[in-house]
Amino acid sequence: MDERQIKETVFRELRRVAPEADLNQLGPSENIRETLDIDSFDYLNFLIALNNDLGIEIPESDYDQFTTLEDIVLYISSRIN
Amino acid sequence: MSEFRMPSLGADMEKGVLVEWNYKEGDRVKKGDIIALVETDKGLIDIEVFEDGIISEIRILPGQEVPVGEVLAVIGDEAGEIKRAGSKKTEPVKKAKKQKKERIRISPRARRLAEKLGVDIKTVQGSGISGTIDGDDVERAAGLKKPETRRTEFAEPGEEQRTDAQNRMRKAIAAAMSLSNREIPHYYLESSIDMTKSLRFLENENRKRSIRERFLPALILIKSVAHALRDVPELNGYWEVDQLLIKQELNIGFSVSLRKGGLINVSIRDADKKKPDEIREDLNDMITRARAGRIRSSDITDSTITLTYLGDMGAEVVYGVIYPPQVALVGFGSIQQRVMAHDGMIAVRPSVRVTLAADHRATDGVSGSRFLESLNEYLQEVEKIWTNGK
Repeated sequence: MDERQIKETVFRELRRVAPEADLNQLGPSENIRETLDIDSFDYLNFLIALNNDLGIEIPESDYDQFTTLEDIVLYISSRIN
Repeated sequence: MSEFRMPSLGADMEKGVLVEWNYKEGDRVKKGDIIALVETDKGLIDIEVFEDGIISEIRILPGQEVPVGEVLAVIGDEAGEIKRAGSKKTEPVKKAKKQKKERIRISPRARRLAEKLGVDIKTVQGSGISGTIDGDDVERAAGLKKPETRRTEFAEPGEEQRTDAQNRMRKAIAAAMSLSNREIPHYYLESSIDMTKSLRFLENENRKRSIRERFLPALILIKSVAHALRDVPELNGYWEVDQLLIKQELNIGFSVSLRKGGLINVSIRDADKKKPDEIREDLNDMITRARAGRIRSSDITDSTITLTYLGDMGAEVVYGVIYPPQVALVGFGSIQQRVMAHDGMIAVRPSVRVTLAADHRATDGVSGSRFLESLNEYLQEVEKIWTNGK
């Protein structure tokens, strides 16, 4: 799975929790939760969905590595490949 | 025999529009079945039936607006009680059956407009709460309205504009909160609570669990509030006919914000008796339904107190407005790292600022202080209340 595919998966799941957001405007180093105004409940569901789609374990202690788009892509690609 | 009435889904609700029946006369229904869809200021709500039985008579037809308490249908115990339905009454029921197959969330006004304008509602993009189609959407689909000229009452040019449904929800919130501010003499108490121990407990608990079963900090707050209310029961009740009625059941109304604006208080029933996993599952289901616009009547009724938690990104402190006829509201600001005194030293620890808004007709500061004190104690030893009740 390359970076583009990971990004697509992330975007697809973000769209589920924030359907009205324009994800093309989301900068790679922006704080996703703040920018898209996602609360902890929806964010946990987003992480559950990534776990489900990609089969990667995400311990709670790693949640802070899911803050920005570039961090998420890095985290996933280092575990999936 | 019993009468199935337009339910009251909150102090701010006076009337509702019956949108569709999911059953027809002669159908058997079980407790908990979703019998009808009703439109209120809170949006479209699935209405559940409270007992087993057979629908013997449907009195209100789809599209009719009726006040709270009006009989919508009669439910009989035995098949023998079925009243033979007149043709007048069965016709719209059949229509409702047809609609059920492919349910589209649409307001009655929008449905009428669509019929008038010849718009196929399947092609309309809903912009209301959770994608509900409102009148504006139909007019836009019919080309009568440009996307940027949404009707709204307060918005200035350039401001984010609201849909019909959002405006109605704002009005309903305003009505309930105005009533509260007018009639309830609020008093406020506030405490700072050290969250180090309870967050550590949660961390340990979550480490044993798959991501799907992990708890959010809100769970500890809910659980601790429930136990503290058992110690100070006079905060858990209704103010009715000039007196306080302390409630035996403890149903915590938990405020859920909706992405498109507005909020819904979902009811965590028997929060003191339920295990954390049950509360987590209930809450998960109800928040998901609320955000998808598929809320059920039982999700939003019978709360005996309200808890609002601003989440980890919210403001530091919240001063709530009591939701009548309740007599108290517990508000948690965001849990943050703060400088505080700890063991005679200055330390940086996670803490939360909690406020109690309470009705001075029902209680006074002594009760309120006892509650906050008790809440603090439970939050320092969550493990004691976690697995069972007291």
